[in-house]
Amino acid sequence: MAGNWVDACAAGDIDQEDVIRFDHSGRTFAIYRSPDDSYFATDGLCTHEQVHLADGLVMDEIIECPKHNGRFDYRTGAAKGAPVCVDLKTYPVKVEGGRVMIDLG
Amino acid sequence: MSAAPRVVVVGAGEAGARAAMALREAGHVGEVVLLGAEAHAPYERPPLSKAAIVDDEPAFPAIAAAADLAGRGVEHRRGATVVAIDRAAGEVALADGGRVPYGRLILATGAEPRRLAIPGGEHALTLRDWGDAARIRRHLAPGARLCVIGAGFIGLELAASARARGCAVSVIEPLPRPLVRAVPAPLAERLAARHRAEGVDLRCGIGVASIAVERDGEPFTIALTDGTTLGADLVVAGIGASPRVELAKAAGLAIDNGIAVDGAMRTSDPRVFAIGDCASYPLALLDGRRVRLESWRNAQQQGERAARAIAGDEPGVAAPSDAVPWFWSDQYDLHLQIAGLPDGAAPFVERPLGDGAIMLLQAAPDGRLLAAAALGPLGAVARDMRIVETLIARRARPDMAALADPATKLKGLLR
Ligand SMILES: Cc1cc2nc3c(=O)[nH]c(=O)nc-3n(C[C@H](O)[C@H](O)[C@H](O)COP(=O)(O)OP(=O)(O)OC[C@H]3O[C@@H](n4cnc5c(N)ncnc54)[C@H](O)[C@@H]3O)c2cc1C
Ligand code: FES
Repeated sequence: MAGNWVDACAAGDIDQEDVIRFDHSGRTFAIYRSPDDSYFATDGLCTHEQVHLADGLVMDEIIECPKHNGRFDYRTGAAKGAPVCVDLKTYPVKVEGGRVMIDLG
Repeated sequence: MSAAPRVVVVGAGEAGARAAMALREAGHVGEVVLLGAEAHAPYERPPLSKAAIVDDEPAFPAIAAAADLAGRGVEHRRGATVVAIDRAAGEVALADGGRVPYGRLILATGAEPRRLAIPGGEHALTLRDWGDAARIRRHLAPGARLCVIGAGFIGLELAASARARGCAVSVIEPLPRPLVRAVPAPLAERLAARHRAEGVDLRCGIGVASIAVERDGEPFTIALTDGTTLGADLVVAGIGASPRVELAKAAGLAIDNGIAVDGAMRTSDPRVFAIGDCASYPLALLDGRRVRLESWRNAQQQGERAARAIAGDEPGVAAPSDAVPWFWSDQYDLHLQIAGLPDGAAPFVERPLGDGAIMLLQAAPDGRLLAAAALGPLGAVARDMRIVETLIARRARPDMAALADPATKLKGLLR
């Protein structure tokens, strides 16, 4: 099936080992750039109390929620222990012509 | 080899529930029995003064659903109140006459709100559990007048939540400013100013002499120590909590501002552990000084620490904990975070964080970073606080002038 690819930002808009918030058609996402320069995308809100993950800290492959430090692996969306127990949804990402594209399915 | 011991946890709150689940994560294969006096699945308390007051039909903030507990092989018994510990027999006695044998025992009984020791003090409600929050919320219709006694965290959060419901709120604090013990003065003053700007009648330096009910058509009349009176539809006391140590004390365990434990949460009896609000433990950060903390993360971490010690069958007395105390509070759109235990009498360095947020940092005389507190919008506060907390945990001696300079990117200090 053809994806629903959306242009989210320029590759250079995100620092290495960092995250930005991306809002699209009433939804909010978080887009990550890993220390080894790969890009990933997840739902933008923590599964514990609906806080913007883009305000949190990226360390290696982990995004830490700003509110109570719940941790997720942003590559897989996996919740990494209390207080978060519900995984984050992830989205396919590609970089084309210096633009970060995410597939909202 | 002996079989893995049965672990009995007394108290199914934040610490007890986390300990029960963490036992499995740490590889414990023996039975786990979680005995809780309350009728609910284990739940988080922080929302009780926030969303559970603001929202008309708040979501139940479950830590773990019955299925999660059962899936981990944790037997949770609701409405099971422990009335005695028999250490010689290795059993606890329940209020209904039942007895539950243990191989290891974890006490996670939490803390009890203090009652006002003044005439009529029994008319003030307190806020500790889900039922308390529901009772308070029912009285907080728009226009209702709430009087909060005590400007601590729970009192101030309740005041902010009641304003969100359109109530008229007064807060009476006998000390000269709110949050005297826990929060550096400049941040406490900012919080106080915000409450006043939101229309809260915050009066500091005044005590409460008595509370009368149904006088001259007033549901409650609060007499203050300056001779004035205040009318209210509801009175809530937020004047702190005392650790629930009665079971431990009656069983002859060492008590020192809470049930005294070592860095692995073990009491003076090597088969008995204590965690969360009811326990006091030695902190490496303060050179081994014993502290008792009432904080959500503390409850979690101590639950996990006790679980590891039990699953790993750790021998001997453990060294002081290397945890960094951490606490947050939400009032209006302001988010407060505190890492370490700030000393109000020692100097602070100030770091502006943007969006009007500020951080205060404190170092020991030897340069070791000891504590930090920040107040502002969540997005402006969280990242820098998390980095500073990591520096405190690492016993770092950062250049304080660089920390105060907003141009210094803190993340660089972690490398
Ligand atoms: C309104 C409120 C707001 C808070 N907000 C924040 C916040 O914003 N940030 C923060 O960091 N912390 C906050 N806290 C503190 C945090 O919730 C507590 O530190 C934490 O809940 C402590 O966990 P605990 O398991 O030790 O105690 P509790 O969660 O109180 O659990 C103890 C449990 O033991 C049960 N029990 C007691 N005795 C017995 C017995 N004999 N037999 C069987 N069961 C028994 C009790 O019924 C209770 O369910 C807040 C607390 C409250 C009350
Ligand atoms: S809101 Fe993310 S961990 Fe609580």
